[in-house]
Amino acid sequence: MTLPVRIAQLSCGPEYSGIQHEIDTAARQVGGEVFYPDVALKDILRDFNMFGLDVRSPDLKLAIARAMALVDGRVEADAVFIATCFRCAEAAIVRNELRRYINEHSKLPVVSYSFTERTTSGTLLTRMEALTTIARRRALLARETQQGITLGLDSGSATTKAVVMKDNKIIGTGWQPTTEVLKSAQDVIAHALSEAGITRDEVQAVGTTGYGRFLVGKEIHADLIQEELTVNSKGAVYLANRQHGPATVIDIGGMDNKAITVMDGIPGVFTMGGICAGASGRFLEMTAKRLGVDITELGPLSMKGFGGRVPMNSYCIVFGTQSLVNALAAGSTREDVAAAACHSVAEQVFEQQLQEVDIKEPVIMVGGTSLIEGLVFAMGELLQTKIVVPPYSQYIGAVGSALLVSGFIKDD
Amino acid sequence: MVKVFIYPATSLILSDMVERFGHTPLSSAIAIRERIQTAGLESPPLQITPEEPKKGLKWAAVEVPAGVRGRMSLYGPMIGECEAAIIINDADLAFGCMGCARTNELIKFLIHQKEIPKLELFYPKNEEEGVKFVAAIKRFLTELGASK
Repeated sequence: MTLPVRIAQLSCGPEYSGIQHEIDTAARQVGGEVFYPDVALKDILRDFNMFGLDVRSPDLKLAIARAMALVDGRVEADAVFIATCFRCAEAAIVRNELRRYINEHSKLPVVSYSFTERTTSGTLLTRMEALTTIARRRALLARETQQGITLGLDSGSATTKAVVMKDNKIIGTGWQPTTEVLKSAQDVIAHALSEAGITRDEVQAVGTTGYGRFLVGKEIHADLIQEELTVNSKGAVYLANRQHGPATVIDIGGMDNKAITVMDGIPGVFTMGGICAGASGRFLEMTAKRLGVDITELGPLSMKGFGGRVPMNSYCIVFGTQSLVNALAAGSTREDVAAAACHSVAEQVFEQQLQEVDIKEPVIMVGGTSLIEGLVFAMGELLQTKIVVPPYSQYIGAVGSALLVSGFIKDD
Repeated sequence: MVKVFIYPATSLILSDMVERFGHTPLSSAIAIRERIQTAGLESPPLQITPEEPKKGLKWAAVEVPAGVRGRMSLYGPMIGECEAAIIINDADLAFGCMGCARTNELIKFLIHQKEIPKLELFYPKNEEEGVKFVAAIKRFLTELGASK
Protein backbone atom coordinates (compact mmCIF):
# COMPACT_ATOMS: atom_id res chain seq x y z
CA MET A 1 0.00 0.00 0.00
CA THR A 2 1.34 3.45 -0.92
CA LEU A 3 1.84 5.72 2.04
CA PRO A 4 -0.13 8.98 1.84
CA VAL A 5 1.74 12.14 0.93
CA ARG A 6 2.02 14.19 4.11
CA ILE A 7 0.87 17.73 3.48
CA ALA A 8 1.64 20.20 6.25
CA GLN A 9 -1.12 22.75 6.66
CA LEU A 10 -0.15 26.27 7.72
CA SER A 11 -3.34 28.21 8.08
CA CYS A 12 -5.48 30.82 9.72
CA GLY A 13 -9.25 30.56 9.65
CA PRO A 14 -10.23 27.39 7.73
CA GLU A 15 -12.03 25.79 10.67
CA TYR A 16 -14.08 28.83 11.63
CA SER A 17 -14.83 29.35 7.93
CA GLY A 18 -16.26 25.85 7.86
CA ILE A 19 -13.98 24.55 5.12
CA GLN A 20 -11.43 22.39 6.94
CA HIS A 21 -13.40 19.35 5.89
CA GLU A 22 -13.09 20.42 2.24
CA ILE A 23 -9.30 20.71 2.55
CA ASP A 24 -9.08 17.25 4.13
CA THR A 25 -11.35 15.74 1.49
CA ALA A 26 -9.38 17.21 -1.42
CA ALA A 27 -6.12 15.87 0.01
CA ARG A 28 -7.58 12.40 0.62
CA GLN A 29 -8.95 12.19 -2.92
CA VAL A 30 -5.42 12.45 -4.34
CA GLY A 31 -3.68 10.20 -1.83
CA GLY A 32 -2.61 12.98 0.49
CA GLU A 33 -3.00 13.46 4.22
CA VAL A 34 -3.21 16.90 5.77
CA PHE A 35 -1.50 17.32 9.13
CA TYR A 36 -0.74 20.21 11.43
CA PRO A 37 2.95 20.43 12.38
CA ASP A 38 3.25 19.81 16.10
CA VAL A 39 4.82 22.81 17.85
CA ALA A 40 5.08 23.66 21.54
CA LEU A 41 3.16 26.66 22.78
CA LYS A 42 6.31 28.03 24.39
CA ASP A 43 8.18 27.90 21.06
CA ILE A 44 5.62 29.91 19.13
CA LEU A 45 6.66 33.28 20.51
CA ARG A 46 10.37 32.51 20.13
CA ASP A 47 10.01 31.44 16.47
CA PHE A 48 7.63 34.26 15.67
CA ASN A 49 10.05 36.85 17.08
CA MET A 50 12.92 35.26 15.20
CA PHE A 51 11.00 35.42 11.92
CA GLY A 52 10.51 39.13 12.44
CA LEU A 53 7.09 39.72 10.91
CA ASP A 54 5.07 41.52 13.55
CA VAL A 55 1.51 40.26 13.03
CA ARG A 56 -1.22 40.28 15.65
CA SER A 57 -3.30 37.19 14.96
CA PRO A 58 -2.16 34.29 17.17
CA ASP A 59 -3.02 31.72 14.47
CA LEU A 60 -0.72 33.55 12.04
CA LYS A 61 2.02 33.45 14.67
CA LEU A 62 1.37 29.71 14.91
CA ALA A 63 1.65 29.39 11.11
CA ILE A 64 5.00 31.20 11.20
CA ALA A 65 6.30 28.93 13.96
CA ARG A 66 5.16 25.88 11.98
CA ALA A 67 6.91 27.10 8.83
CA MET A 68 10.12 27.50 10.80
CA ALA A 69 9.74 24.00 12.26
CA LEU A 70 9.40 22.59 8.73
CA VAL A 71 12.41 24.48 7.39
CA ASP A 72 14.54 23.57 10.42
CA GLY A 73 13.63 19.92 9.98
CA ARG A 74 11.98 19.66 13.41
CA VAL A 75 8.87 18.42 11.60
CA GLU A 76 8.95 16.32 8.45
CA ALA A 77 6.55 16.79 5.55
CA ASP A 78 6.33 16.04 1.82
CA ALA A 79 4.52 19.24 0.82
CA VAL A 80 3.05 22.41 2.27
CA PHE A 81 -0.40 23.92 1.93
CA ILE A 82 -0.76 27.52 3.11
CA ALA A 83 -4.33 28.72 3.49
CA THR A 84 -5.78 31.91 4.95
CA CYS A 85 -9.02 33.84 4.75
CA PHE A 86 -9.71 35.73 1.55
CA ARG A 87 -9.81 39.52 2.13
CA CYS A 88 -7.57 39.46 5.22
CA ALA A 89 -4.64 41.77 4.54
CA GLU A 90 -2.59 40.61 7.51
CA ALA A 91 -2.99 36.99 6.45
CA ALA A 92 -2.13 37.80 2.83
CA ILE A 93 1.20 39.25 3.93
CA VAL A 94 1.97 36.18 6.05
CA ARG A 95 0.86 33.81 3.29
CA ASN A 96 3.21 35.41 0.78
CA GLU A 97 6.16 35.63 3.13
CA LEU A 98 5.81 32.03 4.32
CA ARG A 99 5.52 30.76 0.78
CA ARG A 100 8.69 32.67 -0.14
CA TYR A 101 10.50 31.59 3.02
CA ILE A 102 9.75 27.88 2.54
CA ASN A 103 10.60 28.05 -1.15
CA GLU A 104 13.96 29.70 -0.46
CA HIS A 105 14.97 27.50 2.45
CA SER A 106 13.65 24.07 1.56
CA LYS A 107 12.74 21.84 -1.37
CA LEU A 108 9.17 21.39 -0.24
CA PRO A 109 6.54 22.12 -2.89
CA VAL A 110 4.20 24.84 -1.69
CA VAL A 111 0.78 26.00 -2.72
CA SER A 112 -0.99 28.92 -1.14
CA TYR A 113 -4.68 29.65 -1.24
CA SER A 114 -7.09 32.23 0.13
CA PHE A 115 -10.49 30.75 0.85
CA THR A 116 -14.02 31.84 1.58
CA GLU A 117 -16.78 29.78 3.15
CA ARG A 118 -17.74 28.78 -0.39
CA THR A 119 -14.45 27.00 -1.12
CA THR A 120 -15.07 23.36 -1.97
CA SER A 121 -12.88 20.29 -2.21
CA GLY A 122 -13.39 20.40 -5.98
CA THR A 123 -11.75 23.82 -6.15
CA LEU A 124 -8.78 22.57 -4.19
CA LEU A 125 -8.43 19.22 -5.93
CA THR A 126 -6.06 20.17 -8.76
CA ARG A 127 -3.80 22.09 -6.38
CA MET A 128 -3.65 19.18 -3.94
CA GLU A 129 -3.08 16.75 -6.78
CA ALA A 130 -0.15 18.84 -8.00
CA LEU A 131 1.36 18.81 -4.50
CA THR A 132 1.10 15.03 -4.26
CA THR A 133 2.39 14.58 -7.82
CA ILE A 134 5.50 16.64 -7.11
CA ALA A 135 6.10 14.73 -3.88
CA ARG A 136 5.49 11.29 -5.42
CA ARG A 137 6.66 11.60 -8.98
CA ARG A 138 9.88 13.56 -8.77
CA ALA A 139 11.67 10.96 -10.85
CA LEU A 140 9.00 11.10 -13.54
CA LEU A 141 9.02 14.92 -13.56
CA ALA A 142 12.79 14.82 -14.04
CA ARG A 143 12.27 13.10 -17.44
CA GLU A 144 13.84 15.27 -20.16
CA THR A 145 13.24 13.34 -23.38
CA GLN A 146 10.32 11.57 -24.92
CA GLN A 147 10.84 8.02 -26.10
CA GLY A 148 8.84 5.60 -28.25
CA ILE A 149 5.40 6.52 -29.58
CA THR A 150 3.13 8.27 -27.09
CA LEU A 151 -0.10 10.19 -27.17
CA GLY A 152 -0.87 13.16 -24.92
CA LEU A 153 -4.35 14.56 -24.52
CA ASP A 154 -5.34 17.83 -22.83
CA SER A 155 -9.08 18.02 -22.16
CA GLY A 156 -9.31 21.70 -21.28
CA SER A 157 -12.27 23.84 -20.28
CA ALA A 158 -12.27 25.72 -23.58
CA THR A 159 -10.39 23.47 -26.02
CA THR A 160 -9.27 19.87 -26.33
CA LYS A 161 -5.82 19.15 -27.72
CA ALA A 162 -3.96 15.98 -28.66
CA VAL A 163 -0.37 15.37 -29.64
CA VAL A 164 1.39 12.27 -30.95
CA MET A 165 5.11 12.13 -30.26
CA LYS A 166 7.74 9.77 -31.56
CA ASP A 167 11.38 9.68 -30.49
CA ASN A 168 11.32 13.15 -28.97
CA LYS A 169 9.51 14.78 -31.89
CA ILE A 170 5.91 15.95 -32.33
CA ILE A 171 4.54 14.16 -35.36
CA GLY A 172 0.81 14.81 -35.11
CA THR A 173 -1.54 17.32 -33.50
CA GLY A 174 -5.27 17.77 -33.07
CA TRP A 175 -7.24 20.71 -31.69
CA GLN A 176 -10.89 21.68 -31.32
CA PRO A 177 -13.19 23.57 -28.96
CA THR A 178 -14.42 21.38 -26.11
CA THR A 179 -18.08 20.53 -26.56
CA GLU A 180 -18.93 16.98 -25.54
CA VAL A 181 -15.87 16.05 -23.53
CA LEU A 182 -15.47 12.47 -24.80
CA LYS A 183 -16.38 13.22 -28.40
CA SER A 184 -14.02 16.20 -28.55
CA ALA A 185 -11.27 13.97 -27.20
CA GLN A 186 -11.93 11.20 -29.72
CA ASP A 187 -11.98 13.72 -32.58
CA VAL A 188 -8.66 15.37 -31.73
CA ILE A 189 -7.02 12.00 -31.14
CA ALA A 190 -8.20 10.81 -34.55
CA HIS A 191 -6.83 13.98 -36.14
CA ALA A 192 -3.47 13.72 -34.39
CA LEU A 193 -3.09 10.04 -35.32
CA SER A 194 -4.04 10.70 -38.92
CA GLU A 195 -1.54 13.57 -39.18
CA ALA A 196 1.14 11.37 -37.63
CA GLY A 197 0.26 8.54 -39.99
CA ILE A 198 0.08 5.90 -37.29
CA THR A 199 -2.66 3.74 -35.82
CA ARG A 200 -3.92 3.71 -32.24
CA ASP A 201 -2.44 0.24 -31.76
CA GLU A 202 1.04 1.56 -32.46
CA VAL A 203 0.81 4.04 -29.57
CA GLN A 204 2.78 2.64 -26.65
CA ALA A 205 1.46 4.85 -23.86
CA VAL A 206 -1.25 7.47 -23.37
CA GLY A 207 -1.42 10.37 -20.93
CA THR A 208 -4.27 12.76 -20.13
CA THR A 209 -4.47 16.11 -18.39
CA GLY A 210 -6.90 19.03 -18.07
CA TYR A 211 -10.36 19.29 -16.55
CA GLY A 212 -11.66 16.21 -18.32
CA ARG A 213 -8.58 14.11 -17.57
CA PHE A 214 -10.32 11.54 -15.37
CA LEU A 215 -13.30 10.98 -17.63
CA VAL A 216 -11.26 10.81 -20.83
CA GLY A 217 -8.42 8.96 -19.15
CA LYS A 218 -10.78 6.20 -18.08
CA GLU A 219 -12.39 6.00 -21.50
CA ILE A 220 -9.14 5.74 -23.48
CA HIS A 221 -7.34 3.62 -20.86
CA ALA A 222 -4.66 6.20 -20.14
CA ASP A 223 -1.44 5.07 -18.50
CA LEU A 224 -1.00 8.45 -16.80
CA ILE A 225 -3.71 10.84 -15.63
CA GLN A 226 -2.13 13.94 -14.18
CA GLU A 227 -3.25 17.47 -13.33
CA GLU A 228 -2.27 20.32 -15.60
CA LEU A 229 -0.06 22.27 -13.19
CA THR A 230 2.83 19.81 -13.24
CA VAL A 231 2.16 18.60 -16.78
CA ASN A 232 2.04 22.10 -18.30
CA SER A 233 5.11 23.32 -16.50
CA LYS A 234 7.00 20.23 -17.64
CA GLY A 235 5.78 20.72 -21.20
CA ALA A 236 6.74 24.39 -21.09
CA VAL A 237 10.36 23.95 -20.04
CA TYR A 238 10.69 21.02 -22.47
CA LEU A 239 9.43 22.97 -25.48
CA ALA A 240 11.31 26.12 -24.51
CA ASN A 241 14.44 24.03 -24.01
CA ARG A 242 14.86 25.38 -20.46
CA GLN A 243 14.87 22.12 -18.54
CA HIS A 244 17.70 23.18 -16.27
CA GLY A 245 17.73 26.06 -13.82
CA PRO A 246 14.86 28.33 -12.86
CA ALA A 247 11.89 29.40 -14.98
CA THR A 248 8.40 30.79 -14.56
CA VAL A 249 5.49 29.39 -16.52
CA ILE A 250 2.35 31.46 -17.13
CA ASP A 251 -0.71 29.82 -18.64
CA ILE A 252 -3.73 32.08 -19.13
CA GLY A 253 -6.45 29.56 -19.78
CA GLY A 254 -10.07 29.63 -20.82
CA MET A 255 -11.37 29.20 -17.30
CA ASP A 256 -8.45 29.77 -14.98
CA ASN A 257 -4.86 30.90 -14.97
CA LYS A 258 -1.75 29.21 -13.71
CA ALA A 259 1.54 30.70 -12.60
CA ILE A 260 4.26 28.22 -11.72
CA THR A 261 7.87 28.67 -10.71
CA VAL A 262 10.00 25.78 -11.85
CA MET A 263 13.48 24.61 -10.90
CA ASP A 264 15.12 21.98 -13.11
CA GLY A 265 11.74 21.13 -14.57
CA ILE A 266 10.07 20.51 -11.22
CA PRO A 267 7.43 22.97 -9.98
CA GLY A 268 8.18 24.69 -6.68
CA VAL A 269 5.50 27.29 -6.05
CA PHE A 270 2.33 27.60 -8.02
CA THR A 271 -0.94 29.44 -7.99
CA MET A 272 -4.04 28.64 -9.88
CA GLY A 273 -6.96 30.96 -9.98
CA GLY A 274 -9.20 33.30 -11.80
CA ILE A 275 -11.52 35.28 -9.60
CA CYS A 276 -13.46 36.32 -12.66
CA ALA A 277 -13.48 35.51 -16.34
CA GLY A 278 -12.27 39.08 -16.92
CA ALA A 279 -8.75 37.83 -16.27
CA SER A 280 -8.96 34.84 -18.60
CA GLY A 281 -8.88 33.89 -22.23
CA ARG A 282 -12.68 34.08 -22.27
CA PHE A 283 -12.55 37.86 -22.11
CA LEU A 284 -10.26 37.97 -25.14
CA GLU A 285 -12.64 35.67 -26.99
CA MET A 286 -15.49 38.04 -26.19
CA THR A 287 -13.41 41.02 -27.25
CA ALA A 288 -12.62 39.39 -30.59
CA LYS A 289 -16.28 38.61 -31.12
CA ARG A 290 -17.34 42.20 -30.32
CA LEU A 291 -14.64 43.57 -32.63
CA GLY A 292 -15.82 41.23 -35.37
CA VAL A 293 -12.52 39.42 -35.79
CA ASP A 294 -11.44 35.83 -35.33
CA ILE A 295 -9.52 35.20 -32.10
CA THR A 296 -6.43 34.49 -34.23
CA GLU A 297 -6.61 38.04 -35.61
CA LEU A 298 -6.86 39.71 -32.20
CA GLY A 299 -3.10 39.52 -31.57
CA PRO A 300 -1.96 41.25 -34.77
CA LEU A 301 -4.78 43.81 -34.40
CA SER A 302 -3.77 44.67 -30.86
CA MET A 303 -0.13 45.14 -31.86
CA LYS A 304 -1.24 48.02 -34.10
CA GLY A 305 -3.03 49.78 -31.27
CA PHE A 306 -2.11 51.64 -28.10
CA GLY A 307 -3.92 50.31 -25.03
CA GLY A 308 -3.20 53.40 -22.94
CA ARG A 309 -5.76 55.36 -24.93
CA VAL A 310 -8.66 53.20 -23.71
CA PRO A 311 -9.51 52.94 -20.00
CA MET A 312 -10.33 49.30 -19.32
CA ASN A 313 -10.49 47.19 -16.20
CA SER A 314 -11.60 43.68 -16.93
CA TYR A 315 -11.62 42.51 -13.30
CA CYS A 316 -15.17 41.46 -14.12
CA ILE A 317 -16.04 40.26 -17.61
CA VAL A 318 -19.31 42.21 -17.59
CA PHE A 319 -17.68 45.51 -16.63
CA GLY A 320 -14.79 44.79 -18.98
CA THR A 321 -17.22 44.34 -21.85
CA GLN A 322 -18.97 47.54 -20.78
CA SER A 323 -15.65 49.44 -21.00
CA LEU A 324 -15.09 47.89 -24.41
CA VAL A 325 -18.52 48.92 -25.70
CA ASN A 326 -18.18 52.43 -24.23
CA ALA A 327 -14.76 52.89 -25.81
CA LEU A 328 -16.02 51.85 -29.24
CA ALA A 329 -19.07 54.10 -28.87
CA ALA A 330 -16.78 57.00 -27.94
CA GLY A 331 -14.85 56.53 -31.17
CA SER A 332 -11.84 54.49 -30.05
CA THR A 333 -10.23 52.44 -32.79
CA ARG A 334 -10.56 48.65 -32.85
CA GLU A 335 -6.78 48.41 -32.62
CA ASP A 336 -6.65 50.47 -29.42
CA VAL A 337 -9.53 48.52 -27.89
CA ALA A 338 -7.83 45.20 -28.73
CA ALA A 339 -4.59 46.39 -27.18
CA ALA A 340 -6.43 47.63 -24.08
CA ALA A 341 -8.17 44.26 -23.67
CA CYS A 342 -4.84 42.43 -23.85
CA HIS A 343 -3.27 44.84 -21.38
CA SER A 344 -6.22 44.49 -19.02
CA VAL A 345 -6.04 40.68 -18.91
CA ALA A 346 -2.26 40.75 -18.47
CA GLU A 347 -2.61 43.32 -15.69
CA GLN A 348 -5.23 41.26 -13.83
CA VAL A 349 -3.03 38.16 -13.97
CA PHE A 350 -0.03 40.24 -12.91
CA GLU A 351 -1.88 41.76 -9.95
CA GLN A 352 -3.84 38.74 -8.79
CA GLN A 353 -1.54 35.83 -9.43
CA LEU A 354 2.01 36.74 -10.26
CA GLN A 355 2.31 38.42 -6.87
CA GLU A 356 1.87 34.97 -5.35
CA VAL A 357 4.96 33.52 -7.01
CA ASP A 358 8.48 34.91 -7.28
CA ILE A 359 9.10 35.54 -10.94
CA LYS A 360 12.28 33.88 -12.13
CA GLU A 361 13.51 34.33 -15.67
CA PRO A 362 12.99 33.05 -18.28
CA VAL A 363 9.25 33.66 -18.23
CA ILE A 364 7.53 31.17 -20.52
CA MET A 365 3.96 31.77 -21.69
CA VAL A 366 1.98 28.77 -22.86
CA GLY A 367 -1.57 27.78 -23.75
CA GLY A 368 -3.76 29.06 -26.54
CA THR A 369 -3.61 32.65 -25.30
CA SER A 370 0.17 32.71 -25.73
CA LEU A 371 -0.51 32.95 -29.47
CA ILE A 372 -2.16 36.36 -28.96
CA GLU A 373 0.84 38.61 -29.51
CA GLY A 374 -0.76 41.61 -27.82
CA LEU A 375 -1.20 39.64 -24.60
CA VAL A 376 2.39 38.40 -24.61
CA PHE A 377 3.60 41.94 -25.35
CA ALA A 378 1.51 43.39 -22.49
CA MET A 379 2.79 40.76 -20.07
CA GLY A 380 6.37 41.46 -21.13
CA GLU A 381 5.83 45.18 -20.53
CA LEU A 382 4.42 44.54 -17.07
CA LEU A 383 7.18 42.14 -16.08
CA GLN A 384 9.89 44.13 -17.86
CA THR A 385 11.24 41.03 -19.51
CA LYS A 386 11.19 39.27 -22.85
CA ILE A 387 8.63 36.50 -22.70
CA VAL A 388 9.46 33.14 -24.26
CA VAL A 389 6.67 31.52 -26.28
CA PRO A 390 7.85 28.06 -27.33
CA PRO A 391 6.69 26.30 -30.51
CA TYR A 392 3.48 24.27 -30.06
CA SER A 393 2.73 26.40 -26.97
CA GLN A 394 -1.01 25.91 -27.51
CA TYR A 395 -0.52 22.14 -27.14
CA ILE A 396 1.43 22.45 -23.92
CA GLY A 397 -0.64 20.06 -21.78
CA ALA A 398 -0.77 17.44 -24.50
CA VAL A 399 2.99 17.68 -25.09
CA GLY A 400 3.71 17.50 -21.34
CA SER A 401 1.49 14.42 -21.10
CA ALA A 402 3.09 12.71 -24.08
CA LEU A 403 6.55 13.44 -22.68
CA LEU A 404 5.82 12.22 -19.15
CA VAL A 405 3.87 9.15 -20.16
CA SER A 406 6.83 7.82 -22.11
CA GLY A 407 8.15 6.90 -18.67
CA PHE A 408 5.31 4.36 -18.57
CA ILE A 409 6.25 2.47 -21.73
CA LYS A 410 6.70 -1.14 -20.80
CA ASP A 411 9.85 -2.83 -22.03
CA ASP A 412 9.02 -5.82 -24.20
CA MET B 1 -26.15 35.38 39.26
CA VAL B 2 -24.82 37.36 36.30
CA LYS B 3 -23.93 36.19 32.82
CA VAL B 4 -20.33 37.30 32.35
CA PHE B 5 -18.61 37.30 28.95
CA ILE B 6 -14.91 36.70 29.28
CA TYR B 7 -12.17 37.72 26.89
CA PRO B 8 -10.18 35.75 25.86
CA ALA B 9 -13.17 33.46 25.66
CA THR B 10 -10.88 30.42 25.88
CA SER B 11 -9.48 31.32 29.30
CA LEU B 12 -10.27 28.43 31.61
CA ILE B 13 -8.87 30.37 34.59
CA LEU B 14 -11.24 33.27 34.02
CA SER B 15 -14.13 30.96 33.35
CA ASP B 16 -13.42 29.10 36.57
CA MET B 17 -13.20 32.31 38.61
CA VAL B 18 -16.53 33.56 37.26
CA GLU B 19 -18.17 30.29 38.24
CA ARG B 20 -16.62 30.27 41.73
CA PHE B 21 -18.29 33.58 42.43
CA GLY B 22 -21.65 32.15 41.47
CA HIS B 23 -21.96 33.70 38.03
CA THR B 24 -22.34 32.13 34.59
CA PRO B 25 -19.32 32.47 32.36
CA LEU B 26 -20.05 33.02 28.68
CA SER B 27 -17.02 31.50 27.04
CA SER B 28 -15.86 28.70 24.79
CA ALA B 29 -14.90 25.44 26.40
CA ILE B 30 -11.57 25.11 24.60
CA ALA B 31 -8.34 24.61 26.48
CA ILE B 32 -5.10 25.95 25.01
CA ARG B 33 -2.72 23.02 25.23
CA GLU B 34 1.03 22.98 25.68
CA ARG B 35 1.54 21.35 22.31
CA ILE B 36 -0.48 22.54 19.35
CA GLN B 37 -1.52 19.66 17.11
CA THR B 38 -4.68 21.17 15.72
CA ALA B 39 -5.16 23.57 12.79
CA GLY B 40 -5.44 26.59 15.08
CA LEU B 41 -4.66 27.55 18.66
CA GLU B 42 -8.34 27.37 19.63
CA SER B 43 -9.65 24.88 17.12
CA PRO B 44 -13.36 24.32 17.64
CA PRO B 45 -14.20 20.94 19.19
CA LEU B 46 -17.07 20.44 16.77
CA GLN B 47 -16.93 20.96 13.07
CA ILE B 48 -18.11 24.34 11.94
CA THR B 49 -20.03 24.28 8.68
CA PRO B 50 -20.01 26.91 5.92
CA GLU B 51 -23.39 28.02 7.32
CA GLU B 52 -21.74 29.62 10.37
CA PRO B 53 -19.90 32.36 8.43
CA LYS B 54 -23.25 33.15 6.82
CA LYS B 55 -24.89 33.46 10.25
CA GLY B 56 -21.96 35.72 11.16
CA LEU B 57 -23.21 38.25 8.61
CA LYS B 58 -25.35 39.62 11.44
CA TRP B 59 -22.19 41.06 13.01
CA ALA B 60 -19.83 41.56 10.07
CA ALA B 61 -20.42 42.33 6.40
CA VAL B 62 -19.64 39.95 3.57
CA GLU B 63 -16.32 41.65 2.79
CA VAL B 64 -15.10 40.64 6.26
CA PRO B 65 -13.05 37.39 6.12
CA ALA B 66 -15.04 34.17 6.56
CA GLY B 67 -12.98 33.19 9.62
CA VAL B 68 -14.10 36.35 11.43
CA ARG B 69 -17.74 35.77 10.56
CA GLY B 70 -17.54 32.10 11.57
CA ARG B 71 -16.22 33.09 14.99
CA MET B 72 -18.80 35.84 15.33
CA SER B 73 -21.58 33.32 14.79
CA LEU B 74 -20.40 31.74 18.05
CA TYR B 75 -19.39 34.78 20.07
CA GLY B 76 -21.93 37.30 18.73
CA PRO B 77 -24.90 35.68 20.54
CA MET B 78 -22.85 35.48 23.76
CA ILE B 79 -22.07 39.19 23.56
CA GLY B 80 -25.75 39.87 22.99
CA GLU B 81 -26.69 37.82 26.02
CA CYS B 82 -24.02 38.97 28.51
CA GLU B 83 -24.81 41.20 31.48
CA ALA B 84 -21.20 41.91 32.41
CA ALA B 85 -17.78 41.39 30.84
CA ILE B 86 -14.15 40.92 31.78
CA ILE B 87 -11.53 41.79 29.17
CA ILE B 88 -7.90 40.84 29.62
CA ASN B 89 -5.61 42.54 27.12
CA ASP B 90 -2.25 41.21 25.90
CA ALA B 91 -2.73 37.90 27.66
CA ASP B 92 -0.15 35.15 27.48
CA LEU B 93 -1.15 32.51 24.90
CA ALA B 94 -1.32 29.88 27.65
CA PHE B 95 -3.80 32.01 29.64
CA GLY B 96 -6.23 31.79 26.76
CA CYS B 97 -6.24 33.19 23.29
CA MET B 98 -8.34 33.49 20.18
CA GLY B 99 -6.60 32.98 16.86
CA CYS B 100 -7.83 35.92 14.84
CA ALA B 101 -6.86 39.49 15.74
CA ARG B 102 -9.61 40.99 13.59
CA THR B 103 -12.29 39.02 15.46
CA ASN B 104 -10.72 40.07 18.73
CA GLU B 105 -10.95 43.74 17.75
CA LEU B 106 -14.60 43.36 16.80
CA ILE B 107 -15.50 41.44 19.96
CA LYS B 108 -13.88 44.04 22.20
CA PHE B 109 -15.57 46.86 20.29
CA LEU B 110 -18.99 45.26 20.65
CA ILE B 111 -18.46 44.78 24.39
CA HIS B 112 -17.33 48.39 24.78
CA GLN B 113 -20.56 49.47 23.08
CA LYS B 114 -22.72 47.67 25.65
CA GLU B 115 -23.79 49.52 28.75
CA ILE B 116 -22.96 46.78 31.22
CA PRO B 117 -20.45 46.49 34.09
CA LYS B 118 -17.02 45.84 32.60
CA LEU B 119 -13.59 45.13 33.92
CA GLU B 120 -10.68 45.67 31.56
CA LEU B 121 -7.18 44.73 32.66
CA PHE B 122 -3.75 44.05 31.19
CA TYR B 123 -2.27 40.63 31.73
CA PRO B 124 0.19 40.78 34.69
CA LYS B 125 3.91 40.72 33.94
CA ASN B 126 5.16 39.88 37.46
CA GLU B 127 3.97 38.48 40.78
CA GLU B 128 3.06 41.83 42.25
CA GLU B 129 0.92 42.66 39.25
CA GLY B 130 -0.50 39.15 39.40
CA VAL B 131 -1.78 39.63 42.95
CA LYS B 132 -3.43 42.94 42.01
CA PHE B 133 -4.86 41.31 38.87
CA VAL B 134 -6.59 38.51 40.77
CA ALA B 135 -7.79 40.94 43.46
CA ALA B 136 -9.35 43.21 40.85
CA ILE B 137 -11.23 40.32 39.26
CA LYS B 138 -12.44 39.09 42.67
CA ARG B 139 -13.64 42.56 43.63
CA PHE B 140 -15.46 42.95 40.29
CA LEU B 141 -17.18 39.59 40.58
CA THR B 142 -18.13 40.18 44.23
CA GLU B 143 -19.61 43.58 43.44
CA LEU B 144 -21.52 42.05 40.54
CA GLY B 145 -23.11 39.62 42.99
CA ALA B 146 -23.99 42.40 45.43
CA SER B 147 -25.58 44.53 42.75
CA LYS B 148 -27.95 41.75 41.76
